[in-house]
Amino acid sequence: MLDEKMIMLLIEGIGQTLYMTLVPTLLGYVFGMPLGILLTVTDKDGIRPNAVVYKVIDFISNIFRSIPFLILLILLIPLTKILVGKSYGSNAMIVSLTIAAAPYIARMVESSLKEVDHGVIEAAQSMGASNLTIVFKVLLTEARTSLMVNATIVTATILGYSAMAGTVGADGLGAIAVRYGYNRYQFDIMLVTVILLVLLVQIMQGIGMMLSRRFDRRRT
Amino acid sequence: MEPIIKIVHLDKSFRQRDMEVHALKDVNLDIYKGDIYGIIGMSGAGKSTLVRCLNFLERPTGGSVIVDGKDLASLSEKQLREARKDIGMIFQHFNLLMQRSVIDNVCFPLEIAGMKKREAREKAMEYLKIVGLEEKAKAYPAQLSGGQKQRVAIARVLASDPKILLCDEATSALDPQTTKSILQLLKEINQKYGITIVVITHEMAVVQEICSHVAIIDHGNLAEHGTVEEIFQSPKSKEAKRLIYQGFERVAEMKGRRCVRIVFSENSSFEPVIGNMVLAFKTPVNILYANTQDLDGVATGEMILQLPEDKVLGDKMIAYLKGAKLAVEELIDYVG
Repeated sequence: MLDEKMIMLLIEGIGQTLYMTLVPTLLGYVFGMPLGILLTVTDKDGIRPNAVVYKVIDFISNIFRSIPFLILLILLIPLTKILVGKSYGSNAMIVSLTIAAAPYIARMVESSLKEVDHGVIEAAQSMGASNLTIVFKVLLTEARTSLMVNATIVTATILGYSAMAGTVGADGLGAIAVRYGYNRYQFDIMLVTVILLVLLVQIMQGIGMMLSRRFDRRRT
Repeated sequence: MEPIIKIVHLDKSFRQRDMEVHALKDVNLDIYKGDIYGIIGMSGAGKSTLVRCLNFLERPTGGSVIVDGKDLASLSEKQLREARKDIGMIFQHFNLLMQRSVIDNVCFPLEIAGMKKREAREKAMEYLKIVGLEEKAKAYPAQLSGGQKQRVAIARVLASDPKILLCDEATSALDPQTTKSILQLLKEINQKYGITIVVITHEMAVVQEICSHVAIIDHGNLAEHGTVEEIFQSPKSKEAKRLIYQGFERVAEMKGRRCVRIVFSENSSFEPVIGNMVLAFKTPVNILYANTQDLDGVATGEMILQLPEDKVLGDKMIAYLKGAKLAVEELIDYVG
């Protein structure tokens, strides 16, 4: 039951879950953000339309997003073995989680950037701004509220994925829930892990929303 | 003298849902330094496309645009960006950066030009003073009124020290009072800094207010152009006549033959009875005669109205007037 050993296990689980959520989210943005920017810029209404680049990124990101995460995990086992040396544990899962997150993040970034009023982009062009300036000083700054809201959603989704990865050899709260709740029928442990997961999502959501509101200057 | 903007055989067409739209057809126009040139036309006439061809936000499909001696089509992308710094533009919806403060919006073109932040801020503050918004420097666009937003946009455009200012329906989202003050500001800028201004509008009033010259665009064609005086005194094209007379066009010819004489007493002359009646029935009446006199210190007015042809409607109007406590008398054969 909930003895000291179990509590320690759960605390460790929270740490592992946070690690498996935040690191892949961050890495996911490292790869996904440029892709999302490219999708926005090269789209036919973008500031530098390029059908080939757009279609290639579009196609790849759609493929990855249409594979259910659990199956993607199994598919990526050989790759994780090459990169991390083993196919189980938190570090191995980070590879798969990042690969799952990047295309999803690319889409989220694209949708945020496309919300930016075309008139503002036109105004920047009329001032002689280069495309790079428009990306960094217009698109990314004007869309920051939406980018932050979407980052919150992305983080919660990756947290869900990391729990799912518990079924195939990851650590963290998901793994604890599977091991104790599913394999050993300890329903109370399962319930505790579920409550902890819910709390984590709530806290992340709260922080994300607070930050996005704080940085929004569009209020009167 | 060479024109500062020379438009030669300008053509622009684009595809819109498998339809070839010919937005501009062989437009030729010379705009000289210091002009305030109005380009007027109905919506969809092609005037917004035309103004976007002047800084190549839209690339023409034919002809050429020569700005300050440079053929824009011959420029590389980098040269075009440089050329655009001399061609400022303001917009109907202001297009300010919503996440930047007022002063940072004005700093934006200076940042693009690579100016140091402190220097840029000082310069931006000067331009905010010119438009009378220095106390709003730290505010954000969402906190400003429409007129203030347009003033910020004007300060922003002035910051890049342009030779030409393009105004795309810059006052169309503003109320008449604010429109007047913005137009006044544009006029001052034109006189003080010698900036050539091109004003795109669908309102003749805007042209009358500030323009020295006007070009009339109709279905992608340049219908007529010249000084505002010339065009106003003797408009030649059908489109010019329509735009000039649009204010006082007769609504419809009155065909009704029924006339009534009404007499206002002292009390009823405060209420706009005729105006209210026209609004209530959404049908005009023709005022054939009106007079007020002072009878023993009491103001009385009389009026003869020509009612609409529809008999039922006429009856209703008479009832309405009687309801407003007016003396109503029907006149037989007043109009022939």
